[in-house]
Parts: sequence; structure tokens; C-alpha cells
Amino acid sequence: MSAVIDNPSHDDHEHHGPTKGIARWLFTTNHKDIGSMYLWFSFAMFLVGGCMALTIRAELFQPGLQLVEPEFFNQMTTMHGLIMVFGAVMPAFVGLANWMIPMMVGAPDMALPRMNNWSFWILPFAFGLLLSTLFMEGGAPNFGWTFYAPLSTTYAPDTVTYFIFGVHMMGISSIMGAINVIATILNMRAPGMTLMKMPLFVWTWLITAFLLIAVMPVLAGVVTMMLMDVHFGTSFFDAAGGGDPVLFQHIFWFFGHPEVYIMILPAFGVVSQIIPTFSRKPLFGYHSMVYAVASIAILSFIVWAHHMFTVGMPLAGELFFMYATMLIAVPTGVKVFNWITTMFRGSLTFEAPMLFSVAFVVLFTIGGFSGLMLAIAPSDFQYHDTYFVVAHFHYVLVPGAIFGIFAAVYYWLPKWCGRMYSEPLAKAHFWLSFIGMNLAFFPMHFLGLAGMPRRIPDYALQFADFNSISSVGAFIFGATQLLFLYLVIKAIRSGEPATDQVWEGAEGLEWTVSSPAPYHTFSTPPEVK
Amino acid sequence: MQNQNTKRTVVKSVFAVVAMFGFGFALVPLYDVFCDITGLNGKTSGPYSEAKAQAQERDESRQVRVQFITQNNESMPWEFKPVDYQVEVHPGEIIEVDFYARNPTSNPMVAQAVPSLSPSEGTDYFHKTECFCFTRQLLKAGEEVLMPLRFVVDEALPDHLGTLTLSYTLFDQTETLDPEELEETTTQAAL
Repeated sequence: MSAVIDNPSHDDHEHHGPTKGIARWLFTTNHKDIGSMYLWFSFAMFLVGGCMALTIRAELFQPGLQLVEPEFFNQMTTMHGLIMVFGAVMPAFVGLANWMIPMMVGAPDMALPRMNNWSFWILPFAFGLLLSTLFMEGGAPNFGWTFYAPLSTTYAPDTVTYFIFGVHMMGISSIMGAINVIATILNMRAPGMTLMKMPLFVWTWLITAFLLIAVMPVLAGVVTMMLMDVHFGTSFFDAAGGGDPVLFQHIFWFFGHPEVYIMILPAFGVVSQIIPTFSRKPLFGYHSMVYAVASIAILSFIVWAHHMFTVGMPLAGELFFMYATMLIAVPTGVKVFNWITTMFRGSLTFEAPMLFSVAFVVLFTIGGFSGLMLAIAPSDFQYHDTYFVVAHFHYVLVPGAIFGIFAAVYYWLPKWCGRMYSEPLAKAHFWLSFIGMNLAFFPMHFLGLAGMPRRIPDYALQFADFNSISSVGAFIFGATQLLFLYLVIKAIRSGEPATDQVWEGAEGLEWTVSSPAPYHTFSTPPEVK
Repeated sequence: MQNQNTKRTVVKSVFAVVAMFGFGFALVPLYDVFCDITGLNGKTSGPYSEAKAQAQERDESRQVRVQFITQNNESMPWEFKPVDYQVEVHPGEIIEVDFYARNPTSNPMVAQAVPSLSPSEGTDYFHKTECFCFTRQLLKAGEEVLMPLRFVVDEALPDHLGTLTLSYTLFDQTETLDPEELEETTTQAAL
């Protein structure tokens, strides 16, 4: 069991292991190093964005203005959204892709290791640029993470330019990451690893990468248009000059809707790896899973205007986008039923990765259902821009994307560092997160249905009770993440040594290498039968 | 061989990225074309030829109510309103109405009116042969003006459309002109 653990240094020496000190991290082209950096960076951003969320929840704990100015409140909602989407969730999945994809397809590294280094190291600068606006005159961007024009052009603080360049840099980073993933998966698979033998995590990431290269350039385009409207006197979004503010919303959501699948598809992949392992059964309906993910990705391009039902679209448009949106429930339903069927009559155990995965299936489905409610155009006029929307997308992002990431970390951490995490602490992390998250976000459904608008620092008295419950839940969830940090560090430094297979039911190439995974794996490609 | 394949994949991907960046910008004209063809968004089209308007046959059997709404964008200080708030017209009939505008400030100002028609289904049947919205309007300090709009409601207007509402939003465009140009146009207007 521990034979492999005992001589990692010997192993490293033979394989010309990492250089020492800071240079290792600055100049590394190793997919495992870069994956780790992505994961640590995204966790740091998760805490930063989380502090912003807690500022929001503290202010909303009771009606009235007590802690922050409304202007600052708006900066918090904007920055929280931007940081969580672009800084926490997306880099975390890129980190997982870096670590796992080469190991899962039997490749020695990513296809373009130098570009890999570059795409990571852009990120700290991009977010440095974005976060620095908090300390500038006029304050950080305050127009919401969706930065609708003309609010973000005509009425924005001067720091909007920093925001624009920050988004450009994140976009470049994600695009390079996506190209790398595509090049790796298409060209570096071990002999015998045909496309339809690839683990689902690899499949979902391949499709996510295609979404990224399709829509990140559109995001870059829309912020470039903003830049020109703000500084060069064009009128893309200025009605007086012949432009159209509604055009902004169309272009933004053409990016924005595929973007939400970019944040969830890799989590689908993670859960599709974990549930079979802890059910000790192969995944039910592998092919249908692949086709479902592909269908979701394709449909994501023709549903964008469901974010803007109230903008004044003609009836035909409302109907088209309503039906197209509801159509997405079909492949998503296929996935949910396949996960449940995989568990059916399996010999289940509930270690932390499985707990997070099962919670993912249940809670993501709740988020999916509230999404269906929002998809109904006539009733969307009631829900639009209320807390119901906030509840919906937090249900798909927190127990969806974030629980997916937690599950992945627990599942693969023993492979990464060769040591087990503490199961009781992990279970505590799960249950506290589960309770805190539901306490924080479930009451938001009721608030929204009762008519509380989003993005406001103060509210009418009748919303007070649900808001205070929600704030308590948010603080429980937030504090629990420090426990997560502690238990991960504890596992890395002093966890019990892990076996190579780690989990009894685990299958796949990544479990055939020793734990911890040596610095270089699959220098000679494995044979896949 | 693997390297070559990787190179090929990268070239294709970069090409896709560039193409999608271009597509983002292409959405701008595409959006206008789409709105133009479908008449969605209430965007009325540009000048209609006088000759074509004359060629329209007056349909005395039907009457259509055309309403006018005006509003100022944010802090635009001009007084701006239609002289008549609504007119009854026959399809095919050429009508001229006036809008009143006054610049109450002590500076010359330039304004642009942006039209929108409701219901959007009617945009294909509402033709303007002359409109103050086709150009920017310059008013000196305290100056007032009557601005004409000549239009014809198409004889082919569907029967169920009994009322068309034309709304104008007035935008302050003084800043987009540089001061010299403004002075020049002011002196020209004075001549």
C-alpha cells in the first residue's frame, strides 16, 4: 500500500522532477503543476467572491441601510458575480481538466504545455486589474455582472475600462485553455482510447471547450464594442447615434447562455465519473449521456433571448425562445434519469464525493425546475429580475457547479497528493454546506414570488424574515468553506496514505498510476483494450 | 505525426475563434437587417420616395388613427411635443404634421430624434417621405421651431390595425459635435 509513497523523491529524480522554489511555478509546463495552480487560484477567488456575497447578505440581514452605501452594494453584487463566474467556477474546471484529462486519456501532458502556462498566468493579472478598481476613485464596476448598456457605457464609473480589459484577458485565458483541451483530447489519446471509450468527464470537457471557443470571442467582441462606445464615439448601443441598447442584450446573451452550460457541463462529467464508482456499477446509458451533453450544447445557442422576455419581443420570438428553452429539459432529464438508474440496485456507499454528487443530482434538478418556470414566457414577466431568478441560478451554480467541484476534489485529491482526506471532516463539510446553502437560497424562491426585486440594498418590511434566514444560511455556508480549506491542507500534509486505486469501485486510467501521481505519467502510452 | 495533428487542430481552433469574434461584430448589421426585414423592434425605415407616396391609392373606405408621442431622453432640456396629438388618416393619403421644439437654454444645442412605431407589425406600412428625424436638429439659444413630418400609411395596411402610435425620443447630441463645427453650423443657420 505504502510502497509507492515511500520513494517519491527517488521517482522524481529519475524523471527529472520539478525545479525547486518559485521558478517551478512560474515557468512550469507540467499539467499537474498548472492544474494545481488553477485550483488554488480559483479557491482564492472563491473566498474573495464569497466575502463579497457575505457583505451583500450582511446588508440584507435586516431592512434599512446599515452597513454599506447603496453604491458600494452595487459594486459588491457586480464583483461577486464576475469573480464567481470567471474567477472561481471556470478556472476550477480548467484546473480539473489540466490535472485529469491527460491522465484519463493516457497522454503524457497537455498538447500545448507552454501555452498552458501562459493561459494560467494571465489570470492573476486579469483579476488584479478587476479587483484594483475597488480602490479607485469612482469605485468598482457597479452595473451588474451582465453589464447592460447603456448603464455600463453612458452611466458607468471610469473604471469600466479596467473591467473591459480584465474581461479581455480572462477571455484570452479561457480560449487558450479551451484550445489546449481540444488539441489534447483529439490528438493525444492513448492507442485504443476511441472517442466513445473516453470517460464522460473528458467528453463533457471536450464539448465545453467547443462552447468556449464559440462564445468567448463574442464576449470579447461585445466588450470591445463597449470600449469603442465609451472612448471612441461609436454608437453600437446608443440609440441617439443609430445604435440599439437591445442589441447589447442580444449579443451578451448569445455569449451568456452557452456560458452557463460552460459552468455546468464539466460538473455533469464529474458526477458521471463518481456515481458509477460509488454505486459499483458502470454508468447507465453512456452513449445517451454523450448525446445528451451534445444536444444541450447545441440547444444552448438558440435559447438566449429567454433572458430578455420583457425587453419587448414580438409574440413569435417569445414563443420560439420559450419552446426552445423547454426543449433543453429533455436531454437534461435523460442525464438525471441515467444517474438515478446508475444508482438503482447498486451497492452504494456514501463517501464525501458521492454525498456531493447525490446532492448535486437532487438540488440541480430543483434549479432545473425553477428554470423551467422561468422559461414560461407569460409568467416570466412576473418573475423577471426578482429574487426568484437569484434563487434559480444559485441553485444551479452552488449545488450544481460548486458541489461538482467539491465532489471532484474529494474524489481525486488522494490521487493528486497520495493521501486521504479525513472522512468525518469531509462529511461535516458536506452537511454544513448542504444545510447552509439550502437555508441561504431556498427562501429566495419565496422572496422572488412575493415580488422582491434583485440587486437592491434595502427592501420592504414583509421580506424581512426570509431575508434574515437567508443571511444566516449564507454565513453558515461561507464559514464552512474554511473547514474545507483546513481539511484539504491537513490531507496534503498528514493524511493517511492512499492506495493506487483509492476507491474500491473506481475504474479508468487515472487509477492505474501510483498515488500520488508521479510528476510525469504515461510517458509511454498505455494500451487501452 | 502527433505534432502535426496538434498543429492542425490549433490552426482550426484559432480560425474558429477569429471567425466567432468577427461573428460578434457581424451581429450588429445582421440585427439591423433582421429588424428591417421583420419590422420587429418598431424601427421604421428611412426616407420613402415622394413619387411612390404619390402613387399610392387613397382608400376612402378606411380610417386609421395615427397617434404621436414624444419624450426627452434623460436630461434633455428641450421642449418637444407634437402640434396635433393624433390625426385620422385614410390609407394612401399623404399627411403633413408638425412637431414643436424649443431650446430653452442659453447655448446652441444639437438634437436627434429617434422614432419607434407600435405595434411593430405596422412598421412596414408606415412610410415617411420627410422627417426631422432623418437629420440632426440644431437650435440656437432660446430658438423655437416647427419641424415637419410627411408620411403616408400604406394602402396595404392590414385591416385589424386601426391605430398606429409613433413615438419620438429626443436625444441630446451637442457633445458629439466639436465646438468649431457647432459654431460653423450656427453661423450658417444665422445666415
